[in-house]
Amino acid sequence: MGEPTGVGRFGSFGGLFVPETLVPALQELDEAFRDAWADQGFRDELDGLLRDYAGRPSPLTECERLGAELGIRLFLKREDLNHTGSHKINNVLGQALLAKRMGKKRLLAETGAGQHGVATATAAALLDMECLVYMGEVDMARQELNVFRMRLLGAEVTPALSGSRTLKDAVNEAMRDWVATVEHSHYCLGSVMGPHPYPYMVREFHRVIGNETAEQCAQRIDGDGLPDVVVACVGGGSNAAGIFSGFAEHPSVELVGVEPAGGAAIGNGVPGIVHGMLSFLKQDEFGQVQEAESISAGLDYPGVGPEHSHLHEIGRARYVPVTDDEVIDAFALLSRTEGIIPALESAHAIAWVSRERAQLAGKTVVVNLSGRGDKDVAQMMEIMGDKL
Amino acid sequence: MTPRNGLTLQTALSTHIAAGGKCFVPYLTGGLPGWEATISAAAAAGVQGIEIGIPFSDPVMDGPVIQHSSQKALDAGATPAAIIDSVASIDVEVPLAVMTYANLVYRFGYERFASELRAAGISGAILPDIPLEEAGPWCEAADGSGVETVMLAAPTADDDRLERVVERARGFVYAVGLLGITGERESLAATSKVIAARLKSMTDKPVLVGVGVSTPQQAVEVSEVADGVVVGSAIVRRILETGSAEAGGELMAEFVEALALG
Ligand SMILES: Cc1ncc(COP(=O)(O)O)c(C=O)c1O
Repeated sequence: MGEPTGVGRFGSFGGLFVPETLVPALQELDEAFRDAWADQGFRDELDGLLRDYAGRPSPLTECERLGAELGIRLFLKREDLNHTGSHKINNVLGQALLAKRMGKKRLLAETGAGQHGVATATAAALLDMECLVYMGEVDMARQELNVFRMRLLGAEVTPALSGSRTLKDAVNEAMRDWVATVEHSHYCLGSVMGPHPYPYMVREFHRVIGNETAEQCAQRIDGDGLPDVVVACVGGGSNAAGIFSGFAEHPSVELVGVEPAGGAAIGNGVPGIVHGMLSFLKQDEFGQVQEAESISAGLDYPGVGPEHSHLHEIGRARYVPVTDDEVIDAFALLSRTEGIIPALESAHAIAWVSRERAQLAGKTVVVNLSGRGDKDVAQMMEIMGDKL
Repeated sequence: MTPRNGLTLQTALSTHIAAGGKCFVPYLTGGLPGWEATISAAAAAGVQGIEIGIPFSDPVMDGPVIQHSSQKALDAGATPAAIIDSVASIDVEVPLAVMTYANLVYRFGYERFASELRAAGISGAILPDIPLEEAGPWCEAADGSGVETVMLAAPTADDDRLERVVERARGFVYAVGLLGITGERESLAATSKVIAARLKSMTDKPVLVGVGVSTPQQAVEVSEVADGVVVGSAIVRRILETGSAEAGGELMAEFVEALALG
């Protein structure tokens, strides 16, 4: 997974489909990122924060009980143990440091489940920056706890009231805000999506997941030190891009991205242009973007990062759907067998492994456990509480 | 079909400007119930061109009024093909341009979209999420069909970039008057005259200021520098509030009149 070519292209996907007002800022961001990424001082500062503040490296946990139940050797990359409870902090600390380096004092973010919003609010508190988070009104209701956390951290949370009032609309609102405030604000986009350089930059900030996992696998897996399959859930695709980047160069490792059946951009979409990028997109025959429908707010997105469209097109990764019901079962399964309550997003990856256990029999499987489930327990209590 | 009154958008606007006039180009959302009548009302008001919006589900360059009108049109079943078809049978002699977002055009197919515009007598296209960097494939199709691609020029661009935007623009140069999305503002942003002046010093192509021009007074004020204005939200709001094409027409006539008096 290398650098994009041309105007931010991964194969034929990606690009810079944004209002003219934003183009100079995106070009400046591209330059600033490349400059920072090549600067050992910046890298050391970020690594220091990831280690001493976020708690990296995150462990690779072998799941003996669930592995035995499924007939596989199963490892979890524990992004749920990072500060703020998900992988999102990797990207946010990188972007917040970069924004500071660029002299910007205000962070803008969109959020679905609230994890990216919480991570951004956290980084803003840490680095003494202003923070405004857009969140779909529907998501604010189902992720109330995270709304409170963001406010507690000093961020302003503004409901996105247009369209489906979920993640897609929060992105629209954040982009509209940024068109007006681009001189002082940095848009801290939360996944490997949007216009160039975000898909590339955000993947690089999450590459640490893949690097660590590859190293941990080399120590724990006999023989070639590689797993057979690496699995991650895909909303925009940042946690997947992060862990895939550690294994994409090894053709023997199968890469699997798990999409929600109701928001499967690659599974059910066709290429289209929204939020600055050309990528697979759920849309109608006229090109109107369709609303995603998923139990998990973090995956409730009709598009997907352009590099995933490319990995799909060249056959390097495959993308598979799981249903909400399968996710609910997986949420309970991991909790019960391993004492780990996963985020609903991450439970998608577990759900696929559980469903495909026969196909996976005897294999070594690494699942990126992108986040912890605390934020989801209120919602799940309503769904499954009386069954316990 | 040839463009309305046989002229290109750029020639029609330039002729009006050369005669000492200022251009008034309203934006009207296509596909709103009764929208065809608003096109006729605009023509009757004496506007120099009409921008017809083809509504998109995710209009990132638009504020609440045009978001709302777009959603209303989509709820009423508006589609790109149906809007273009209807335009073909609207009998007005004013040059027309469509304003829409990249994905609708991409989905339609660039070549097919351009040739259907031309066939419906639509001169120009404004695609706010296709900047210079991504304009190649669309512009090739548009140029091939004789459709004029209006480029947006924003206050954030340096002179070198503005020069390249101006070079690629056909029909007119759409000067974005402020940092922000479409919508009404209390007063004219200082940036609007600055961007207009920068562009006027670079080109003889018509320079129209849009985004944030909300009243006839503001239109006159910015047209001290610019060749005219594009006004959307103020007119669309009037049409949405009154449900009347005539009321929209009256407001458009006020803009035309104010600009004629200067
Ligand atoms: C725990 C967790 N995993 C995954 C995602 C989806 O994002 P991505 O596909 O970018 O990893 C989210 C988004 O909110 C999340 O909170």
